[in-house]
Amino acid sequence: MPNVTMTVNGKTMSGNVEPRTLLVEFLRETLGLTGTHVGCDTSQCGCCVVHVNGDGIKSCTILAVQCDGAEVKTIEGVANGDTLHPMQEAFREHHGLQCGYCTPGMVMSALDLVKHNKNPSEQQIREWLEGNLCRCTGYHNIVKAIKAGAEAMAKARP
Amino acid sequence: MTARMIGDPVRRKEDLRFLTGKGHYTDDINRPGQVYAVFVRSPHAHAEIKSIATKRAAGAPGVVAVYTGADLIKAGLGTLPCGWGVKNKDGSPMAEPPHPVLASGKVRHVGDPVAVVVADSKAAAEEAAELIEVTYNALPSVTAVDAAVKAGAPQLHAEAKNNISYDWHIGDKTATDAAFARAAHVTTLDIVNNRLVPNAMEPRAYIGDYDRATGEHTLFTTSQNPHAIRLLMGAFVLHVPEHKLRVVAPDVGGGFGSKIFHYAEEAAVTWAATQLGRPVKWTAERSESFMSDAHGRDHVTHAELALDKDGKFISLRVSTLADLGAYLSTFAPAVPTYLYATLLAGTYTTPAIYAEVKGVFTNTVPVDAYRGAGRPEASYLVERLVDKAASELKVDPAELRRKNFIPKDAYPYQTPVALAYDSGDYFSTLDLALKAADYSGFNKRRDDAKKRGKLRGIGLATYIEACGVAPSAVAGALGARAGLYEVAEVRVNPTGSITVFTGTHSHGQGHETTFAQVVAERLGIPVDQVQVAHGDTAQTPFGMGTYGSRSLPVGGSALVKALDKIEAKGKKIAAHLLEAAEADIEFQNGKFTVAGTDKSKSFGEIALAAYIPHNYPLETLEPGLDETAYYDPKNFTFPSGAHIAEVEIDPDTGTVELVNMTAADDFGRIVNPMIVEGQVHGGLAQGIGQALFEECRYDSESGQLVTGSFMDYRMPRAGDLPSFAVETHATLCTHNPLGVKGCGEAGAIGAPGAVMNAVLNALSQLGVSNLDMPASPERVWRAINDRRAAA
Ligand code: FES
Ligand code: FES
Repeated sequence: MPNVTMTVNGKTMSGNVEPRTLLVEFLRETLGLTGTHVGCDTSQCGCCVVHVNGDGIKSCTILAVQCDGAEVKTIEGVANGDTLHPMQEAFREHHGLQCGYCTPGMVMSALDLVKHNKNPSEQQIREWLEGNLCRCTGYHNIVKAIKAGAEAMAKARP
Repeated sequence: MTARMIGDPVRRKEDLRFLTGKGHYTDDINRPGQVYAVFVRSPHAHAEIKSIATKRAAGAPGVVAVYTGADLIKAGLGTLPCGWGVKNKDGSPMAEPPHPVLASGKVRHVGDPVAVVVADSKAAAEEAAELIEVTYNALPSVTAVDAAVKAGAPQLHAEAKNNISYDWHIGDKTATDAAFARAAHVTTLDIVNNRLVPNAMEPRAYIGDYDRATGEHTLFTTSQNPHAIRLLMGAFVLHVPEHKLRVVAPDVGGGFGSKIFHYAEEAAVTWAATQLGRPVKWTAERSESFMSDAHGRDHVTHAELALDKDGKFISLRVSTLADLGAYLSTFAPAVPTYLYATLLAGTYTTPAIYAEVKGVFTNTVPVDAYRGAGRPEASYLVERLVDKAASELKVDPAELRRKNFIPKDAYPYQTPVALAYDSGDYFSTLDLALKAADYSGFNKRRDDAKKRGKLRGIGLATYIEACGVAPSAVAGALGARAGLYEVAEVRVNPTGSITVFTGTHSHGQGHETTFAQVVAERLGIPVDQVQVAHGDTAQTPFGMGTYGSRSLPVGGSALVKALDKIEAKGKKIAAHLLEAAEADIEFQNGKFTVAGTDKSKSFGEIALAAYIPHNYPLETLEPGLDETAYYDPKNFTFPSGAHIAEVEIDPDTGTVELVNMTAADDFGRIVNPMIVEGQVHGGLAQGIGQALFEECRYDSESGQLVTGSFMDYRMPRAGDLPSFAVETHATLCTHNPLGVKGCGEAGAIGAPGAVMNAVLNALSQLGVSNLDMPASPERVWRAINDRRAAA
């Protein structure tokens, strides 16, 4: 079984995996990082979104071995210790989550959006979330939260 | 401190763990020595099982065991029980064919499980499952209710003649028919309520475990009601006594009804774990969810509404074929009967109603409660009828509704279909909604749209729902095989913090916050001093879980009763410590005070005294401060409201854009408005999804599930929806201590009617007068083109 090594949330992690192992399986099963969720088997739901080398990606669509040497960030690496990231804080403040299952993917997608667009409009947020399903919130508060989170991030930037 | 917690938008206690990836969902749990189960499922809609060859699979690398239906029968396992018995018109019981854990003899829907493979790894189990050879003799299948009841249709069960489980009715047929005879106008409607797949984002997952040393079985499950699962699985399927069976439903990623029911895979993994002495885990692939989670809705209905010359509704006659799927799921029989036809009065004074419902088996996934469960079907039917009547009579749909609303001073109001509404004010919610949606400005918006080549429509729907499920004796008389009370234990810890154990279950609703608010307000302590525990039968007393918008109306009422007991005992302790008469002790804002004096003890001091009873009336009072209360509701609660949708249709493509969605609801007292609004948003999205996008389809020839993944089943996405306008107007529930009515299902109940009425309002400009859900581009385009061709 090939050995893969990657930097996950700032720490070097490695493990032996079967070549067919998906990144999401490696994160959840091998590394025990269960914050990244699986909601489908057709790459439609976005519950599994993480960042690989700074870009948002559905971790069910990439093999662990493809991420050998990569820089990976998961929901577990977003907060700064006990301090929530402004985007996480915005989800809490605006009730952008109910059951919490889609939430890690939503937050990771939102952060990816802000990387591309510092001040997204409601319409742009809704379009960006094309690949993220939520069955609980009707998206209303997720959209509000992402807008507020982006604004808070802009303020926090020097 | 004054702690006015009820009514505050307190931020949720559960969010921190979910936002940081620290939630504990079932699939996140791994047990030492765990093995993995994979189910082999029927590829046929209907077939005899000739043989199952398991030898190659059993010998494959990593395989620990292979079981088939025959193994379960040999082991003496029972079949999956149905929790609600409905009677036929003649009083005879419904046909209740067995629902085996693993199919034996016959498979009856695509996805019906026939075998389970257990192996060291999921991959090994999957590979071995491929090696199982099942020889089928395919039979003709039927996947639609109207076809299933026709003469000569394929028969699913020997027990159910003509595929009918029950032929049930409610209401006064004679009075209803008589009113039709003198009607000035009759509006007729044939209508389909489309089959939906609930699709909670977390797929079902189970881990069975068995401790040989203690004989204890454990099941971790994605369930909305762990105690009910323990009872059903323990008593009826595995024959394991409750004290040796623990069921844990940890964080659950949404349910919407689909996680109420006892599923085959739960029993199979728990049993397999017992055989193997190792934990057995199963997690559904999404494609398995599509073919094994109970589906929702699926009615075909013919209805007639009779009006007198003044436009008053005088009679309603309804005949429904309800799809039950291939087997009776846990609460299936109740959904199209007592949760549907009893709601047909809606918000109106219609004095005579008669409904007959046939529950029908088809070669499809079992159908059971899905958000709203019966009530969306009733509301959709009534509101489509009312709009059709308004358009036939050329009157304003809002006006026609007002004319027929139950008057504000008519409560309690007895409907002709069993329910007695305790309170409501449909005029105010309608007015609120009309105002928020700028109903009076619609004509201008329609004309503007026309200039842009678009058809703009506005539609409204009012609704009533029966929530707070349910008064046990009433439910029992109607066929429920369970009690439907709720329970709460309030454990005051020695330093005055609180742990609440509730029999309800939160899978997104935020009980950890709302219930804590109720406690915090009552005891005058901060919310973060209250911890709410739920979901583990080893921790919580026997409660019935969460569905039917029951948690706060029923579970919250149990909590209030337990708090009453805490306060009463606290007063006794305070009276002793303050050397006063018990009757003179007042409790307010976290303080026990001797009336008219400044002598007082804080809640924390009383708690400490209860657990360190050095100065305590031990002769007359037990130490400790821990109270449990059960609450059986006196009636259902009746949330109601008015929803308004506004759409724009592109007549060239048939695309419907939902431009505005307004909801004005009456939920009684609101504990946390932020959470309530979130519940409405989510319900609206599901209701809109039903109206515009979602449809579970089977191929009528092959019986194959056509919409078996998110690629084919159109879930609503962020870009499909507008932001919602949500308003509330409260009339309090008169029979529970908090005055609450429940808010979980409203959106899904009101929205489909509002959206479809808006679509039809827009299409009426082209003369289209009927359309079934979902109003997909294809269906709308066809309706427009058919109309144009006819013209
Ligand atoms: S798990 Fe659904 S997109 Fe990755
Ligand atoms: S919060 Fe439950 S799926 Fe989004």
